[in-house]
Amino acid sequence: MGEQPAGCGRVTGSVLGGPAPTEPPASPEQKGKETTMTVRVGQKAPDFQAPAYHKGAFTSLKLSDHFGKWIMLCFYPGDFTFV
Amino acid sequence: MSAVADNYSKLQELGIEVFSVSVDSHFVHKMWNDHELSKMVEGGVPFPMISDQAGNVGRAYGVWDEGQGIELRGRFIIDPDGVIQAMEVLTPPVGRKLAETVRQVQAFQLVRQSKGSEATPAGWEPGQPTLKPGPDLVGNIWKVWKPSMEK
Repeated sequence: MGEQPAGCGRVTGSVLGGPAPTEPPASPEQKGKETTMTVRVGQKAPDFQAPAYHKGAFTSLKLSDHFGKWIMLCFYPGDFTFV
Repeated sequence: MSAVADNYSKLQELGIEVFSVSVDSHFVHKMWNDHELSKMVEGGVPFPMISDQAGNVGRAYGVWDEGQGIELRGRFIIDPDGVIQAMEVLTPPVGRKLAETVRQVQAFQLVRQSKGSEATPAGWEPGQPTLKPGPDLVGNIWKVWKPSMEK
């Protein structure tokens, strides 16, 4: 995790390795449908790099840098909600 | 997130790295930590809070909600080889229970240490007997485990 300059750009997470998660061309009946679940248990966790806040610093976190340990990855709807 | 932060030392003892992810910017993460979470958990959030504003990471993990532009409550247990061993996804109104995640990690760690020679029955808790799958166990699980053993 390297310290990130706190610029004004809208930095976001990006998936690393493998094909980018491009949307398949939507056929009429598929339009408006949710993207289907792409991960499964027993499969490799998609790697990503994303900005993070950690103990007072803005950093960049790459998931695969932490392989070798057990990881608990938790998504939640938003800050300032109960989680 | 505060429940996870509050039990962080227990997770560390088990060798678990914790990362949280939402679509909020890392600047908002700092504000939430400084103004609310640090008042609920001493020292504030001890693990990295990841920002995924465009939802790219959430999409890759199947927890991106296109309609609301948010990420669902998805929890993934990833083993040291980078393989997803468990996942649980809840809609936003219901929070998770950390103790169940801890139990699952302990069970997966035991299975990994035994190199797959042991398995854990339903409701297994650390210290309880495990199953050793093989020809002798077929039809004999009742001798080692029954539902009443589940706490």
